[in-house]
Amino acid sequence: MIRNALIALLVVAVAGTGYWGYKQQQEKNAIRIQSENNYQRAFHDLNFNMDALHDKIGETLAMNSKRQISPTLAQVWRLTSEAHNNVGQLPLGLLPFNKTEDFLTKMGDFSYRVSLRDLEKKPLSNKEYNKLKELYANSSNIQDELRKTEAVASKKDIRWTDVEMALSKKDQPHDNTIIDGFKTVDKSAQGFGETDFGPEVASMHNAKKRNVNKLEGRNITKEEAKKEAIKFFQLKKNVKITVKETGKGSQYRAYSITMYNPDTKATTYMDVTKKGGYPLWVLQDRKVGAQKISVNKAQKEAISFLNMHMKSKMEVVSANQYDNIAVFTFVSTKDGVRIYPDTVSIKVALDNGDIMGYQGTDFLTSHYDRKIPAAKITEQQARTKLNPKFKVMEKHMAIIQNDVKQEVYCYEFLGVIGDETYIIYISAQNGDEEQVKKLREGQPDYASM
Amino acid sequence: MKKSMRYIKRTLLFLIAIFCFLTGFTPETTHAFTPQVIQKGATGDDVIELQSRLQYIGFYNGPIDGVFSWRTYWALRNFQYENRLKVDGLAGFTTKKKLADQTKFDYGWVHKQIRKGNKFTTYGGVPKETQVKKSTGKTGAGAKGTPAKQGAKGNAAKPGAKAAVKVRTPKQGANIPDGYSQNDINLMANAVYGESRGEPYIGQVAVAAVIINRVESSEFPNTVSGVIFEPGAFTAVADGQIYLTPNEKAKKAVMDALNGWDPTGEALYYFNPDTATSGWIWTRPQIKKIGKHIYTK
Repeated sequence: MIRNALIALLVVAVAGTGYWGYKQQQEKNAIRIQSENNYQRAFHDLNFNMDALHDKIGETLAMNSKRQISPTLAQVWRLTSEAHNNVGQLPLGLLPFNKTEDFLTKMGDFSYRVSLRDLEKKPLSNKEYNKLKELYANSSNIQDELRKTEAVASKKDIRWTDVEMALSKKDQPHDNTIIDGFKTVDKSAQGFGETDFGPEVASMHNAKKRNVNKLEGRNITKEEAKKEAIKFFQLKKNVKITVKETGKGSQYRAYSITMYNPDTKATTYMDVTKKGGYPLWVLQDRKVGAQKISVNKAQKEAISFLNMHMKSKMEVVSANQYDNIAVFTFVSTKDGVRIYPDTVSIKVALDNGDIMGYQGTDFLTSHYDRKIPAAKITEQQARTKLNPKFKVMEKHMAIIQNDVKQEVYCYEFLGVIGDETYIIYISAQNGDEEQVKKLREGQPDYASM
Repeated sequence: MKKSMRYIKRTLLFLIAIFCFLTGFTPETTHAFTPQVIQKGATGDDVIELQSRLQYIGFYNGPIDGVFSWRTYWALRNFQYENRLKVDGLAGFTTKKKLADQTKFDYGWVHKQIRKGNKFTTYGGVPKETQVKKSTGKTGAGAKGTPAKQGAKGNAAKPGAKAAVKVRTPKQGANIPDGYSQNDINLMANAVYGESRGEPYIGQVAVAAVIINRVESSEFPNTVSGVIFEPGAFTAVADGQIYLTPNEKAKKAVMDALNGWDPTGEALYYFNPDTATSGWIWTRPQIKKIGKHIYTK
């Protein structure tokens, strides 16, 4: 009797477990198929985009009328952006697949610039035409490789989810078709990733490559870097300091310094250039208490800190309070002209007004003694270029970097249209509207609603 | 005798306490501002009071969210101009006094509305009840703000017209670094926390900086979400740790990175040398080691 009951119980238990396992398996499969579908869609969309891209570039080459080239290039621009989007959804994070993305971005920028240009005034140059021809050939290469990969993958029934697993587990997958395929794609992209897209496109993406080579001074040693840090913070003796040199891959050779102050329980991090020993940035980590001082007072602290450490005249252009922290942005000024590329940010703690951070990399890499050119158009002329609905509240002179990273001398107009505040830059050389920016109001905290 | 003295003292203290309590919390206090000079970019109670008072006399039509934004700035400058004060956009002693003399501010009422998340305005001469819209309701029928200058002309606001004006932001707002949204910040805080919660503070700033460097690089997607959710790019995304609730430290690290601090020297990749599975990552030119991670170009 008991035995029968036990058997029955066991049978039920085994059946239950089996059913549960079956359910689990089903759920897992459903999720796997879903993510496989996402990958497949991204991959096939990418293929479609590359096909269309290839065709469109081809059409541009055959076109003669300027009226047609612009819209076609605008389509190229849209397709590159979509293709870029699809590449970003494929599980290739562990593969060196960046050259393709790089190519797509630059291709997009090139077509965007040219399509917006007034081709009547400035038609496609021979060089640009050859560029397009080259792009046409190269996009056909990519297209071929992608097609091959697609064909083999579908013939051998290879799943993206398997590729992803294999990539993340590092063990060699049974079939490398997809991985190898994409490696080849990336290689062919690499070829023209380095082609010259003209100075405009190149400078758009080299902007962040800052270098400190033009800084004056000789290379300093670790010990000197330490002294520099002590001087910068007027440190006392009980502070623990460690210094490390940056590796070969860095954009600029520097020493990374870590300081721990047991009195304030604050750890301060700092990078100092090897050449000349200039502080690049400083960041302090400590517990910040409740706000005790005003943003205005903090700004004064920041200004006196800058006066102590910098020779150039600086002017505050933005102030933002984030809870118990305030961050100020300064730009250098010369003859009353704001020089926006020379930016310095200062972070101040609002519990005691201590400087908690300094970011001077932009300033160090872009600052030089600029000559302020004479304005070729007057302020009155510049004002006529503004939108008539725009009400000017403040005016400054400024040197800014426009969107192709050239420095332009501008009239800076700060004003409002209705309730919104805008900043508008009008070139003082030719009256072009160089930049229009809508300035942010405070953002509501939706999380607390 | 001594006993009764103590008794009197106690009663006195009690009365004083009550007096303080009453004056401190009586609605429509006329002198509240703390002594600080309030300037553009500040947030907090003083800004709420400044906005409420400026709205009372019709200079400010924006949301009372405690963020000294551009709208507040222009409103304050208009007020200073109309009152022949120095037009500097700073709420210092004289400006605050002038403002307090001309307006009323109901601290308790305003903060109650903010706490409750109600939409409200503080125009003078209008019954308070008509200026509140409970947060449960749908978004108001369009926020038609009258331009600041227009309201500034008359000394007192015209009640009928103003009562209809709805304010958009229900709760206290915040400053957000240029070019990013609150959503970007939350997403990055999640990623930073999931990726590097055991790391020192600077290591967390570094992870956030890598995300920003990728957004700006042509070799990666150009949005924060695109970079973070690129399959295989971050282990925390792959194993779901990104969905852990981030702590304050991670959020602070993200803010520092968004404000321009990049401890990595423009790195695009990082890896943990103890657990890295991809051989390829070792071939990248290394910049530096922060915490457990090696940062590479």
